[in-house]
Amino acid sequence: MAEFVANGFIRFDAIVPADVNERAIDEMRQLEAERLAPGGMKPPHTGTPLDGCYPAPSVIGEYLRLPQIQGIIESFVGPNPTFDHDWTHHIHPHATYVQPLHVDAITDTTDPTFDVQLFWYPHDVAPGEGGTRFVPGSHLRRVRSSGLDRYQHINGEQQFSGPAGTVVVFHHGLWHAGQPNPGDGDRWMHKVRLNPTVAQVRLWNTDDLPDLQNPPSDHIFARILPDSVAQIFRTWHPWMSVTDYRNEQVQRAKLWRYLTGDDTYDVDHYLTRLEGRGTLVGS
Amino acid sequence: MERQQVLYLWASGSALDSGTVGWAFHDGTDGSGLSIPDGSPPYATGVAALRDGWMLLQSSQLTPPLPGEEHLNNYLEYEFVFERRVTT
Repeated sequence: MAEFVANGFIRFDAIVPADVNERAIDEMRQLEAERLAPGGMKPPHTGTPLDGCYPAPSVIGEYLRLPQIQGIIESFVGPNPTFDHDWTHHIHPHATYVQPLHVDAITDTTDPTFDVQLFWYPHDVAPGEGGTRFVPGSHLRRVRSSGLDRYQHINGEQQFSGPAGTVVVFHHGLWHAGQPNPGDGDRWMHKVRLNPTVAQVRLWNTDDLPDLQNPPSDHIFARILPDSVAQIFRTWHPWMSVTDYRNEQVQRAKLWRYLTGDDTYDVDHYLTRLEGRGTLVGS
Repeated sequence: MERQQVLYLWASGSALDSGTVGWAFHDGTDGSGLSIPDGSPPYATGVAALRDGWMLLQSSQLTPPLPGEEHLNNYLEYEFVFERRVTT
């Protein structure tokens, strides 16, 4: 979870069984063809509880109800999330369109709550063959989606490649874009966005948290625990300036306070220093 | 006919010799002019772009954070825009 907070994504390679992947593409093709048609297959209504989405028989529903996928979802957005929307992303062989870098929906408010977006790749994606481009660590910035169009290249950005059945969980704020597909095969990906309905506090397995949760005194310019959440929050993505990096540490600490319910959590003393001085005002 | 090529470099600091962290290239010559080096990034700094013949058009202003937004990041902050005019 700390890596998710620092990077904005976490991937689970080949977590969906092969037989589900193999049957999924036909259903994705059907959903793509009929979603906006007068009749035929339709996605769930926005706001539908996840348990009610894609009832059997449905391969997409089968995927969403896999125990390992349910566990992932529950860890991030709790036991009863609602369906926001989904989309089948289909890039034809030799497609050349370069989607601009963007962030979905609208600019966030400053509260730490978040949705997740599950990107499911039902077939192998070779390096450079149309896998999603994304910028690790970009998820906590407050931008307008169209403002990202001009960033053709950013140091440290990644383009997904991996085995069939891989699911990548994105924080909803992660910058991303579809890419050309120079390969000979169709590329399919199913993306679903889910909204939490409970506070996202300690929803994942936190058995190791007492050992990893650093005290607020953990400070790179003083003393640190070598194996701690703070060490993960010191991840410095190669596109970040010094100011960016320090501000990101503040944003990660704030998100971690929300996720753990620990209002004293800090990394490198940035919040604690200001909060301590703040108590002096008017005293 | 004179045409323009435009290069955006985003840097890790406010100086033109800060390291490049992002870039974009727009070619008004539609491929008939010089391209940019193959490296990632094509130029390690803005100064390296100057040495390759690019002319600086604009650099981003330094703006203080608004009250309440001192620790919020948004766009890449240090943007340098270059041009190269090509006669074709």
